Amino acid sequence: MDNLFTAFRDPKLAAVLTEKLSMYKGNTINIMEVCGTHTMSISRYGIRSLLPEGINLISGPGCPVCVTPLYFINSAIELLENKDVIIATFGDLMKVPGSHSSLLKEKAKGKDIRIVYSPMDSLKIASNNKDKRVVFLSVGFETTTPIAALTILKAHEEKIDNFSVLSANKTIPNALKILAMDKDVGVHGYLYPGHVSAIIGTKLYEELASQYGIPGVVAGFEPLDILHGILTLVEIINDDSKKVVNEYKRVVSEEGNTEAVRVADKVFSACDSVWRGIGNLPLSGLSIREEFETFDAWKIYNLKPYTAEETPGCKCGEILKGRLKPTDCKLFGKSCIPENPVGACMVSSEGTCAAYYRFREV
Amino acid sequence: MSDIITLAHGSGGKTTGDLIKNIFQKHFNNDILSKNDDAASFMLSGKVAFTTDSFVITPVFFKGGNIGKLAVCGTVNDLAALGATPLYLSCGFILEEGLPVKDLEAIVESMGNTAREAGIKIVTGDTKVVQKNAADKIFINTSGIGIIPDGIDISGYNAVPGDRVIITGTVGDHGCSILLEREKLDIYGDISSDCAPLNRIIGEILSKTTNIHVMRDPTRGGVAATLNEIAQQSKVGIKLFEDRIPVKDEVRGVCELLGMDPLYMANEGKMLVIVPESSVDTVLGVLKNAAYGTDSCVIGEVTYDHKGIVVMNTLAGGNRIVGMPVGDQLPRIC
Ligand code: SF4
Ligand code: SF4
Repeated sequence: MDNLFTAFRDPKLAAVLTEKLSMYKGNTINIMEVCGTHTMSISRYGIRSLLPEGINLISGPGCPVCVTPLYFINSAIELLENKDVIIATFGDLMKVPGSHSSLLKEKAKGKDIRIVYSPMDSLKIASNNKDKRVVFLSVGFETTTPIAALTILKAHEEKIDNFSVLSANKTIPNALKILAMDKDVGVHGYLYPGHVSAIIGTKLYEELASQYGIPGVVAGFEPLDILHGILTLVEIINDDSKKVVNEYKRVVSEEGNTEAVRVADKVFSACDSVWRGIGNLPLSGLSIREEFETFDAWKIYNLKPYTAEETPGCKCGEILKGRLKPTDCKLFGKSCIPENPVGACMVSSEGTCAAYYRFREV
Repeated sequence: MSDIITLAHGSGGKTTGDLIKNIFQKHFNNDILSKNDDAASFMLSGKVAFTTDSFVITPVFFKGGNIGKLAVCGTVNDLAALGATPLYLSCGFILEEGLPVKDLEAIVESMGNTAREAGIKIVTGDTKVVQKNAADKIFINTSGIGIIPDGIDISGYNAVPGDRVIITGTVGDHGCSILLEREKLDIYGDISSDCAPLNRIIGEILSKTTNIHVMRDPTRGGVAATLNEIAQQSKVGIKLFEDRIPVKDEVRGVCELLGMDPLYMANEGKMLVIVPESSVDTVLGVLKNAAYGTDSCVIGEVTYDHKGIVVMNTLAGGNRIVGMPVGDQLPRIC
């Protein structure tokens, strides 16, 4: 364990990389870190405070919690009106504000909401509560989808009939394409997330580089990974070469994890999907295939994904696209704080606004 | 005696009397308690420290301790944090109907043992039994009284720029072990709570130097919350060095996995000690030789700038704010 961490956290090496970066004097470069876990690491290690003027890090749409639409939370809360429903969810969805409430507030009112660490745990809850119906709230990208799919397959095999999934799973590549085409965004390079890439491989990024001219680097989440990734990206951008470099070869291969993709594909199929703050992106979401519809909570409970108004003043959308920084939002740190998040970006510690707030660099 | 707690045990009648005699007096046994009066009486002279705390932890038994040991350590450590010598403890029990008597006895027994280790006497107590589901197995409240020796003035208001921040060992052990136990996450077998009474080592430090500005045990909210409180009380900045903060590899691993930060996890056998630079060697000299302090080290310093704020110099060489925690840490998705 120790070596694994310390090797990628060596302060001396970090200083060497920082020194190299600090010598940068060219045009302004905008680097989008696509994923929430990168945003978190960048904040946690104070990496922004180490970069020279001219290298900007902007946070993309890569936190599944942040881009989960308001109506998803509303639907989950609506489900709880059924007295026999138990909601199983990952912890970071608890605080996400719906239109009028959040899961955390509903739990305080006595609703049966259980925090799980893996979708499989929710199957256990279902087996142990035969007189109840367990609904797992499934959000997440390529990393979490295969496990959700496996859970459904297992429920199918074992005929667990008091279990279903309310899915809002999403896929990253289409979102990136749309951002790449958006002239206002002005991203010069992508810092690609290690874990999503481990599943989908790097081929898709090649397409983004060749078709849209945006280079990228795949990087892990340790401080040295990130610093090194940024340095490489700056070099590529400066050379005007549109390539993709995989600096996370210890985990990520070109093909990715084909087995995980196969499992996800067996259970889910592509559908349009609403990204909070961004809007509807064609074929960027996943819905449960008809074959497994007896596990599809949207169908079982006949829930209508209706579009609810986003909170006035909240700039989440602009922030997720990298057009604004959290500090540009008038609500930031005033009416919108982690104790009382207005928008989704402030909810989870990895949301862009929360990360900025918590780790305001000094 | 029945083998589970029933409402009769709280009735005040014979069953209650039996419980007191067979369990509480047996394990707490001391001259003041055994008088069996309505209140404990004793002489005190000097400056008194007085504190109270309630313990409602799930699970009741965990690796490294149980709710009873925790209830004694928690109160003893709160007294010790002011430099007080802990003397007397009260304990109030709220028992849920149906609690196995052997569980109660195990809890009470470890309270007795811990109290003896700390040299504090449990001199008065109370037991109530509530109906099934009105409580979660057992709740314990403890209050403690101690005497602060002359010449000692330790308080959260006393940190001054230039002081050093010492931690008496690895952070996050208790919080992490409870999390694993509560969620039945069988990830790493060897994380156990650090739950321990610290008054003896604190006493030893004070016998070598009284030049201590602040002491506080970083329980709920962890080191992060405690240092934030101190920074605000003393109106100073605190700077931490990430590479010096001791964290067990297993704890770090679990935290990485679940997206939690050891700095925000509870500790039940650690003390933050803030001292002038001139006292650092003396304090570390004592701590490093004591059973509960072998991993002690300096993790930061008190500064003039960024008043009221805790900043961490990260492994990457950057700086970031270590804010007050907001609610509980919740496990993340990816
Ligand atoms: S907040 Fe949760 S969902 Fe969002 S990036 Fe972090 S771990 Fe993933
Ligand atoms: S500060 Fe709050 S309201 Fe503003 S964009 Fe961020 S989350 Fe939305």
